[in-house]
Amino acid sequence: MDANTHHRTRLPIRAKLATTVGDAAASVSRLAGKGDGSVIGGRIGLRLEPDLLSLLAAGRQVVLVTGTNGKTTTTRLITAALAPLGGQIASNIYGANMDAGAVSALSRTPDARIAVLETDEKYIPSMVQATSARVVTLLNLSRDQMDRAAEIWLLARRWREALTAAPDCRVVANADDPLVAWSAGGSPQVTWVAAGQAWREDSWCCPNCGAHLQRDGDDWSCRECGLRRPPVSWMLYDDEVIDPSGRSTPLELALPGRANRANAVVALAVADAFGVRLAQALREVRGVTSVAGRYTQVSRRGVDIRLLLAKNPAGWLEALDVVAPPPAPVLLAVNANGPDGRDTSWLWDVDFRRLRGRTILVGGERRLDLAVRLEADEVQFRLVSSIDEAVDAVKPESANLEVLANYTAFQQYRTALGRVQ
Amino acid sequence: MRPLRLVWIYPDLLSTYGDRGNALVLERRARLRGIPVEIIEVNSDQQVPRDGDIYLMGGGEDLPQTLATRRLLADGGLHAAAERGAVVFAVCAGYQMMGVEFGGADDTPVRGLGLLDISSGRGERRAVGEIVADVDPGLNVGRLTGFENHQGVTRLGPGVRPLARTEIGTGNGDGTEGSYAGRVLGTYLHGPALVRNPNLADLLLFWAVGPLPPLPPEAEQLAKQLRAERLAAASPQ
Repeated sequence: MDANTHHRTRLPIRAKLATTVGDAAASVSRLAGKGDGSVIGGRIGLRLEPDLLSLLAAGRQVVLVTGTNGKTTTTRLITAALAPLGGQIASNIYGANMDAGAVSALSRTPDARIAVLETDEKYIPSMVQATSARVVTLLNLSRDQMDRAAEIWLLARRWREALTAAPDCRVVANADDPLVAWSAGGSPQVTWVAAGQAWREDSWCCPNCGAHLQRDGDDWSCRECGLRRPPVSWMLYDDEVIDPSGRSTPLELALPGRANRANAVVALAVADAFGVRLAQALREVRGVTSVAGRYTQVSRRGVDIRLLLAKNPAGWLEALDVVAPPPAPVLLAVNANGPDGRDTSWLWDVDFRRLRGRTILVGGERRLDLAVRLEADEVQFRLVSSIDEAVDAVKPESANLEVLANYTAFQQYRTALGRVQ
Repeated sequence: MRPLRLVWIYPDLLSTYGDRGNALVLERRARLRGIPVEIIEVNSDQQVPRDGDIYLMGGGEDLPQTLATRRLLADGGLHAAAERGAVVFAVCAGYQMMGVEFGGADDTPVRGLGLLDISSGRGERRAVGEIVADVDPGLNVGRLTGFENHQGVTRLGPGVRPLARTEIGTGNGDGTEGSYAGRVLGTYLHGPALVRNPNLADLLLFWAVGPLPPLPPEAEQLAKQLRAERLAAASPQ
């Protein structure tokens, strides 16, 4: 295909109009300072032409990335790992992960032959169908924003139905998560990755028959119906990746923590499905140092602040592992606005006892809920009402501050610190 | 002094909602009064002990709710305990399960545990948000504050009393929230319920061990501040 031919010129008239109007709206939204415009642009486009997503996806190879935690980071890692293929790659890098965000990502990069799209868990069935996805990546499934998210067993069932009905789609799935493994179990083309599973509270029982699962390390099986962990071709082993040939290679990522190592192994498996050699893919993945403001370091009046995002119990479990050891002080911040989930009961599913004996600050709009939680785990803390108050509190004793916050609290701190890239 | 035995039923099926918090708060409030506590988690492939003092049952999805009910009916331990006069505290899906029947995965009626004279089914809309309710004055608990998230509605039969009258929010769906009979009590409230409502936690402890000394004010200060904030946030401005 002629490199100068825009993909968009092949769209029917109404679709072209839809993307143009959508893009204009997106530009206006960006200029008005209201975010990056992905969602509003896409939404307008879809209203004008409901099949816009299918039309924009036609002729492209689409990778969908989903799971409760790690979607944004893994989308970024996959996009990096596919870079050696050359050419542009469309992606909704700012995390607008429902249909409007996908439309916007695809329409922004009309020449991209490959698209890597972060996809909200509830949208997988419709997105698989609309985009005729070539690869679907299933990372994990656990409780999150219970007032917004559909129930996870139900989600797993919907994933399984959608993927079983898409036999041409390759599924790259985490074999260590029973809900994910069951969801992918009906697909003829699956690449199984042992990405690990730290949070197990949502997969005690067999997703197929409900019996209590037998567990032995990462291995799991159901005594009643025989569902069991499938054999894997990729594995995260400590800080190394083991590839299908059995060779192990140190990951040496810039991103911290076990969860990101798992995300990286999944990204390498996806790159392999596209024919990218491991050494090349790994080089690109190592080059990713921050994702949408996370893991970045900002300096504020002499204190180095590192921002970590965690949104649900599984995410907090992994994040508490990444946090620097004492004596580094930690600011925990929790909000309960729409995108966070309006209920804070989930705080009681996080075990905070490991934070005993260190300097802990508590912030965010729902800091009293978090305070009562920490009190129950006998963690001493101090309440703060802003990131600057936290900086003032730690300055005398420390040159750095770890910040662990959930979604809108994280965004508020980013804004206060000057929109960290 | 023999420890107070808190039995948490089937957390592997019914604990999607921070339900562990109810156990932790009961444990804390008992321990601060010098009462040692043992928390026993009973998974769905284990026998429910019959000699517990307070039984807790939490929230979950439709299929796990049905599975848990079947197992408990077959097991019989919870029924034996309730008959002995043990305290039972059930939340959301757990609350519905306590009834004569409840709506299953496609709203077909499923036989419940029959420990509360209630029956539940699917309502028209999902009830999600802060809830404020005034508890039956006879229980001396005051106002309830919490977060509800359920599509179920519950009809109360003559064998139970409503726990509270809703002021803000939906609850059972008929102007009341929760219900109780003897020492068996259920509610739709999350938060978790006993974190947001220390008086309710103390009611359950009182039922289990008798009169309790009050906690020192500093031990309750944060919980009181949280309550005040939540009540103010829920009320229309």
